[in-house]
Amino acid sequence: MREDLVLRIAAKMMAPFIVVFGLYVHFHGDYGPGGGFQAGVILTAALVLLSLVFGLDAVRRVVPPAFVQACAALGLLLYAGVGFASMALGGSFLGYDVLASDPEKGQHLGILLVEAGVVVTVFGVMTSAFYVFAGRKRQAP
Amino acid sequence: MAGVALARMRNLFTAVMLAGIYSLLCAGLFTVMDAVDVAFTEAAVGAGISTILFLAALALVGHREKKPVRPALLPLAVVTLTGAVLAWGTIDLPPYGDPSNPVHGPVADHYLLESGHEIGVPNIVTAVLASYRGYDTMGEVAVVFTAVVGVLILLGRRMREDAG
Repeated sequence: MREDLVLRIAAKMMAPFIVVFGLYVHFHGDYGPGGGFQAGVILTAALVLLSLVFGLDAVRRVVPPAFVQACAALGLLLYAGVGFASMALGGSFLGYDVLASDPEKGQHLGILLVEAGVVVTVFGVMTSAFYVFAGRKRQAP
Repeated sequence: MAGVALARMRNLFTAVMLAGIYSLLCAGLFTVMDAVDVAFTEAAVGAGISTILFLAALALVGHREKKPVRPALLPLAVVTLTGAVLAWGTIDLPPYGDPSNPVHGPVADHYLLESGHEIGVPNIVTAVLASYRGYDTMGEVAVVFTAVVGVLILLGRRMREDAG
């Protein structure tokens, strides 16, 4: 599909909007439907679209496999880190009340951070899985 | 109906497409039942990424299922038995939408009435998912992470040799 002008332009134009929509789903999860899991998958969908049109190698040069694998681990660390941070500040594990000056702000901050952890992990996991599955064909003789 | 067609299908490509349609129908069903968060997840993960991963796998193994050499009687018996047990289990379920169901107990009331000033987040689903049951969600994230570690151990080595 690399020579198809309409698809190339359309994919190029769509991809940033898909990423923005993913971030919207994450940051708006407090107020509407959505959250970390959906946002992470939508971010991966942008990469899948780009690799369908421009080829997997091009996408893997921009977003290297080592980076997405690190993402998968860092998100989980962020999530658990928020838990330990709230413990260190005198609360219970993942009790966000102590994270900011008043409990409600603490809850907001805590939810935003753990959901960010979910986004990063889900994005890393889904993209890694896609890279591994889609990248195997070329090695076959 | 998509499910029945799915089970009868021998062309795997069609089966994957039907599975995606089935997921999307489920997402529509969840929306009708006012579970938009679940519907969103089903549409994004079930109909979207799962279909993509299935297709990527099909690109490796081909899209024709082999004809079985003999009728699979033992699997049929196991499936029938499991289905019968599950159907038997549904007899005990409380009636749909009954306000005296256990799920509408004191915990649900607490979430609905108190999360507004305890958490201060308008979307109660997010409040439950990320704060009240934050420990469970961390477990889910750990499960997802473990899954990809397994995939990378099984399939990732080839990719790394290719890069290095």
